[in-house]
Amino acid sequence: MYKFLLCRRYLRTRYIALASIISVTLGVATMIVVNSVMAGFTTEMKDRIRGLLADVVIETHSLQGHEDPDALIARAMEAAPGMIEAATPTVEMYAVMSFDYAGEPIHRPVQLIGIDPRGKSKVGPLKENLASYQDVIKDGVIVAKAERKPNEPLGWTLTPIGMEIARREQAMMMYRHHLASAQNAGGGVVSAAGASAQGTDDGAAASDDWGGDTTFEPSEVAPVATAQDPFEAFAAPSAQPVAKKNGVLDGRLYVGKQLISVPFETAEGEIEERLLVHPGQSVSLTTVKAGGNGPPESATMAATVTDVFKSGMSEYDSRVVFCNIERLQEVRGMLVPDENDRTVKVGREVRLLSGPHAQQTGQVVRTDGPFAVVRLGNWYDPQQQEVSIPKVDCLPLSRSVTTVQIKLKEGVDEKAAVAALKRAFPAEQFSVGTWKDKQGPLLAAVDMETTILNVLLFLIVAVAGFGILAIFYMIVVEKTRDIGILKALGAGSRGILSIFLSYGISLGMVGAGAGVVLGLVFVHYINEVEKFISYITGRKVFDERIYYFPEIPTKVDPATVFWVALGAVFIAVAASILPARRAAALHPVQALRYE
Amino acid sequence: MNEQPQPLHAVAVEKAYRKGEHAVDVLRGVNLTIHPGEFVSVVGQSGCGKSTLMHLLGLLDSPDIGEIRLGDDRIDHLPSRTRDRLRNRVFGFVFQFYHLLPELTLLENVLTPLMIRHSMPAYWKNRKVYRQRASDILDRVGLGHRLTHTPKELSGGEMQRAAIARALISEPQILLADEPTGNLDGEVEAEVIALLRELNAEGLTVVMVTHDDALAKAADRTVRLLRGRVEDRIETPLRRAA
Repeated sequence: MYKFLLCRRYLRTRYIALASIISVTLGVATMIVVNSVMAGFTTEMKDRIRGLLADVVIETHSLQGHEDPDALIARAMEAAPGMIEAATPTVEMYAVMSFDYAGEPIHRPVQLIGIDPRGKSKVGPLKENLASYQDVIKDGVIVAKAERKPNEPLGWTLTPIGMEIARREQAMMMYRHHLASAQNAGGGVVSAAGASAQGTDDGAAASDDWGGDTTFEPSEVAPVATAQDPFEAFAAPSAQPVAKKNGVLDGRLYVGKQLISVPFETAEGEIEERLLVHPGQSVSLTTVKAGGNGPPESATMAATVTDVFKSGMSEYDSRVVFCNIERLQEVRGMLVPDENDRTVKVGREVRLLSGPHAQQTGQVVRTDGPFAVVRLGNWYDPQQQEVSIPKVDCLPLSRSVTTVQIKLKEGVDEKAAVAALKRAFPAEQFSVGTWKDKQGPLLAAVDMETTILNVLLFLIVAVAGFGILAIFYMIVVEKTRDIGILKALGAGSRGILSIFLSYGISLGMVGAGAGVVLGLVFVHYINEVEKFISYITGRKVFDERIYYFPEIPTKVDPATVFWVALGAVFIAVAASILPARRAAALHPVQALRYE
Repeated sequence: MNEQPQPLHAVAVEKAYRKGEHAVDVLRGVNLTIHPGEFVSVVGQSGCGKSTLMHLLGLLDSPDIGEIRLGDDRIDHLPSRTRDRLRNRVFGFVFQFYHLLPELTLLENVLTPLMIRHSMPAYWKNRKVYRQRASDILDRVGLGHRLTHTPKELSGGEMQRAAIARALISEPQILLADEPTGNLDGEVEAEVIALLRELNAEGLTVVMVTHDDALAKAADRTVRLLRGRVEDRIETPLRRAA
């Protein structure tokens, strides 16, 4: 009893001891802040990467890809039962993106990922990275609302602003085309006039579409946006005319922001990112054709930029372009005869083997005895044409994919899932990896930074421990006589020891507790603190242009807080052991005589 | 204590302190018996070993040679925990410099021996009884009105009376007082001596160490130490209180 009474009294009467634990408090607070911010960064970054990629990616090694995506997914589901929440086939291929800016052709190497928006949004929250879903925030104020509502599903439609841009580009292009025709054709006045008339009609029809129907199917406007694409004609004259098929979209893209923007300093000295290509404008993509044994053949497609994404990961923002998988498959020639299922039935995609439309592809709309009615897709002709053809002359097609993106169920161990999948997908044909494997060095660097900071900060707390030791020693010396009295009154060495140990524990708990509170408050108000410091110093501490986060992300991990606090208490106790032992070992007579 | 009071013996006790390489012999064979109910004063010049003798009697220190006995039992070689217990229950100490704990109030200071004796739950259960007892004892020594004062706020005489109260609360058999009036002047000194006499009259054995022959006369018996030995002849005849 006297131990606690005395311990309490010593706490209350010796504020100098509290001074000694201020360093513990600060150390604990700093550790909590650092860990929270680091965890916030990592979590945010992981979320963003996962938005673009997926938990697990199965890739084929070949250019052709694998002809049966459904079978791949089924095999994955079987290999890792109960682990997979969603999977979507994609086509990933390197490509060169070309566009004109101020009359200069610009070419950028890109990683082209063909996706199906519906499947993709099940695998990763890509929406969160798309510009049209984000409010435009400047200095903490929303200056423009998001162009799309957050509940609008991921798709290839243009926003009204994008449509307007597309319309203007089209008009501009028509005008150029008109001029060129007028100059070129010696006696071609009529044909030029015809062309211009044709173009105007198209333009009018397109604008009607855009103005009247906001939930239009992209396939309706796609030909307009890209049919007269200047790159089709000028930048990529070798482009193969590719037939457009039913239910298949023309080229649509989400482009990484850094690919099509440049930093631009405004008159106020602020740096803005200027888009070189806006959603609605078109670019040209040159990639590699699938198949063939000789040297790789190039394939070029024109595509409209539908949206711009910004993940905050420079590596992706300056490299990745998402496009509609159907278009990419067509351009790359990934429509292959279906070896497994040769039945011709409604909805199947087929290639015609005979008749005037031989080699063209289309979709079976109905069957009629031995005949199938196929709706042809034609790239240059928006009219859709249906032909009746014997079933035997229809070659059912399947679409190859190179990659399957997989989202794992919550709480599933990635390593276990990868190991299971690796068994099912032989390494000679497939590679199975997590997004972490792709970002290994970066994450390792962040982890290492966190570890080093923790070690350094814990050393600070440990240094604080020596302060506690010194002050405790002084207190023991000061209290020598009292210790003698207590011993004379019958207190044992253990009792004396526990007075000072519990003193140490109490100080440690007070210090750690104050540190935890301070740290949590700091973390909670970290953005306000940042603003305040920026205001005082006149220099932005946290530049969102560098870090890509509008605010400092934080994530408080209760376990970390607990361990940090426990560590601090432990250090305080460890530092008090030596003085406490000295106190306990004091000889009562010498202690009583101590002056 | 509920045990029968027993005489306390010092048998051929020797004690030396080391100062560097020189051993200073403080006690060189002291034989002394304190009978129950006695008021013994130990006198001698400073440095003659009287405080050391008191520390040995009170188990604060152990002799190099010789024994301390309580009744027939040797007590100086017991394990430290047992000796702690004996100090807490059998002996009461009063020091020249009062030695109250400055952080505690008078009441808490007086309660300290009980807090040390009992475990926390046991103490907590009976805290009211103990508090009552402590305040009764403080009343007894004339400090009933200063229970919540800290030692700093008291005069020397009051502090010494509080120290005596603290020694009394554990109901010791023997009160060991080391120069209890060494820091007090005339009138206050007389008060403290009177209090000790009063307690002795009630049956408490008192051993008082002093350098003042005049004070020593207040005791039933005076033991004079000279160069580490008891001067036999000067032992005053037993003068028991009525």
